Amino acid sequence: MNAPDRPARAASVEEVVTPLGIRAYLLREPAIPFISLAFYFEGGAAQDPEGLDGLSNMVAGLLDEGAGPYDSKAFRSALEDNAIRLSFDADRDGFSGDLKTLDTTREFAFELLRLSLTEPRFDEEPVERIRGQILADLRRRETDPDYLAARAWFARAFEGHAYARPTRGTPETVEAITRDDLRRFVADRLARGNLHIGVAGDITAEELIPLLDATFGALPERPKLVALPAATPKAAGVVIRRMEIPQSVVVFGHGGVPRDDPDYYAAYVANYILGGGGFSSRLTEEIREKRGLVYSVYSYLYDARYAPLWLGSLATRNETVAEAIDLVRRETQRMARGEVGQKEVDDAKTYLTGSFPLRLTSNDRIARTLVAMSYQGLGRDYLEKRNSYIEAVTLEDVRRVAKRLFAGDTLFSVVGDPDGLEPRTE
Amino acid sequence: MNLGIWPVVAILTVAAPVTGAAGLFNPTTFTLDNGMQVVVVENHRAPVVAHWVWYKVGTADSPVGKSGLPHYLEHLMFKGTDKIPPGEFSKIVARLGGNDNAMTSYDFTAYFQMIARDRLETVMEMEADRMVNLRLAEEDAITERDVILEERRSRVDNEPSSLLGERLAAVQYLNHPYRLPVIGWFHEIQSFTREDALAFYRTWYTPKNAVLVVVGDITAEELRPLAERTYGRIASRPVPPRNRLREPPQASERVVELRHERVRQPSVSLSYLAPSYNTEGGERAYALEVLAELFGSGTTSRLYRSLVVDRGLAAGAGAFYRGSSLDQTTFRIYATPRPGVALEEVEAALDEEIAKLRAGEISEEEVARVKKRMLAEATYARDSLSGVARIFGVALTTGQTVEDVEAWPERIAAVTVEDVRIAAREVLKPEHSVRGRLLPPVREASK
Repeated sequence: MNAPDRPARAASVEEVVTPLGIRAYLLREPAIPFISLAFYFEGGAAQDPEGLDGLSNMVAGLLDEGAGPYDSKAFRSALEDNAIRLSFDADRDGFSGDLKTLDTTREFAFELLRLSLTEPRFDEEPVERIRGQILADLRRRETDPDYLAARAWFARAFEGHAYARPTRGTPETVEAITRDDLRRFVADRLARGNLHIGVAGDITAEELIPLLDATFGALPERPKLVALPAATPKAAGVVIRRMEIPQSVVVFGHGGVPRDDPDYYAAYVANYILGGGGFSSRLTEEIREKRGLVYSVYSYLYDARYAPLWLGSLATRNETVAEAIDLVRRETQRMARGEVGQKEVDDAKTYLTGSFPLRLTSNDRIARTLVAMSYQGLGRDYLEKRNSYIEAVTLEDVRRVAKRLFAGDTLFSVVGDPDGLEPRTE
Repeated sequence: MNLGIWPVVAILTVAAPVTGAAGLFNPTTFTLDNGMQVVVVENHRAPVVAHWVWYKVGTADSPVGKSGLPHYLEHLMFKGTDKIPPGEFSKIVARLGGNDNAMTSYDFTAYFQMIARDRLETVMEMEADRMVNLRLAEEDAITERDVILEERRSRVDNEPSSLLGERLAAVQYLNHPYRLPVIGWFHEIQSFTREDALAFYRTWYTPKNAVLVVVGDITAEELRPLAERTYGRIASRPVPPRNRLREPPQASERVVELRHERVRQPSVSLSYLAPSYNTEGGERAYALEVLAELFGSGTTSRLYRSLVVDRGLAAGAGAFYRGSSLDQTTFRIYATPRPGVALEEVEAALDEEIAKLRAGEISEEEVARVKKRMLAEATYARDSLSGVARIFGVALTTGQTVEDVEAWPERIAAVTVEDVRIAAREVLKPEHSVRGRLLPPVREASK
């Protein structure tokens, strides 16, 4: 079967460059009178100073809590009363935000965004309130098996590297963050030089350009970021955190393929076949469909900037953890031996190309795709070209990359009370 | 930050509120000769459609002792027909470049695909085929039961807040089947058989009991022949009435406490029995939506301002209500203390705020403010193809009409401050409520 190959409006992505040199990808869609804007500053939690883990996350919680002339209440009212949605988030590698506004409130929405990025107040009340929320959240996570399994995986795999640290911090580090730390974050980390922007919706380039300059133009030219070394996940084997719960959670993974590697798309296809393809994947077939051991098992390529990864997760009752882990091992080893068939590659390619336009059906998703295109350096014409990258992948490419991608041993992080499984690391 | 203790029930993606604005969705609707209703909402931004089939049957229609059977059947619907080999349904959709899934709730079971418009007829043929031609191997039925037990462990048994949520529902409803977990009780799931599922399938799955919703790059004129060639060829069987146990009058305030080893962050929830759009008192539903919005939605809501900002007692607090339910639904309120604050203190503050609502302390200005926001936000609901399909599917399986969905903006606009006061007084009655507390095993000394 051939996949439909009509990328949605792909040709109409514009690269907007403002007089102040701010760049954005824009996909205009006038059907509904609103826009979604996504932005991303390179440099995330991995940049947080030692002892201040969770600083990026805390700033993300506070930039929409008062800025310029508006205290927290006034700022929140300005957003909510006008149905303007503004939020910030931080992950290991970046600090991101989303703005959504109706056409009628567009100018005001950009003004609020400008204030939040350049004149955040960090008044005492919101700082202590958001700190309290983060502490409550961290307490809840102390017994959350999904969180703990992922934490333990990163802590073990990246011992000695910034990726080992908790992106949301710990109660101690969150308590230690001062208002000066928050202000320093804004001064050092939010700059034009590490900024990426994607816009989708009812706006023209001419309308967008002055808004971008007014909003982002006052940011400093260069950020102050520390150089982080590249890393490869070190450990393999099994780490276990015992907890009396009926079902164990398992996070697993090892090194991946860099986003700019010539074999990246072959690796993407290989992962689809192994664990990315839902009901079409080998892991789902073997572990769920044939044996009923899990509700969900999946894997994905995580394009972490300093250490590309292949990661996955499953959850199964304590009695069957060892069996499920053996099955993951068996399937990754089959991939490592290059045991991939032509039909599997063809099926993966028809899905991956045919489903690409499905991602381009809402302003929110398009804006996020555009901003990712920018920070991953994929180019303005990526939406048009992306399916050709998948089409070009051959069976031989998949076999070659699978041997490389799945050659090493996998680190499994288990939280629960698994039977017949002992910790073992190498 | 989500600190609420209410479970996000089963596959159950809980439905979005039915929102709209005058002429916002502009749906077209027609009915096939066999009684299957069809709704089309055009959106031509990409050559893609969201194709959904909704059955008017859900967990609240489970046979006695078989809670969650509709959800089990939902899983088994992927196990094949005469034409589709076991396990192939989703793989075929994937090879067509589409995504598919399904969901079950109290009042409906829904199946959907997102797919390129030129592949739509193929998935319609497949969906129509499994409406009547399901073939189930005994072995597949048993394996899938294990899958659902794992799903239950993930969603509920591993999650103290979900365990409490299940028990709150079981106590809120004295008799009505909304007291059951959507996924089913563990021991009842263990009792499911292939024959249970097939009997349920033959009773409820027929065109007359289904609604087709298609949103995307297609017109009603284009869809109609496709629908007639696929679903239209299936003869409808008679559909039994949804005879659900009725709820007796509620007369006592209930308290449920769940103490659990893994609770580090306590919380409190209140659930009040409330009318839905479809029940007696349904004219209050729109006022209740406004009430939930002003009381507990967002950081400018009363609860958040009072408990979280001004008094600094809570890390989070909020309220929510959805009118889209076949039978009586609930109005819910929750709060989580800040670390170091006793739960009792937060509860006392929560009770004060509820008392103000019951006393009618609601201003014209705040009602006007939230109504304006709700109507403005409705524009965003048009952005997602599947979101629009869900709004119509949920409405049409819970007693509403397409006209009701389209009239939502004017009905919200028509809500007066007096309506909101009456709704608060009538619904927020302690004797109609359950109070749930999620607590650590031994009460921590206050710090």
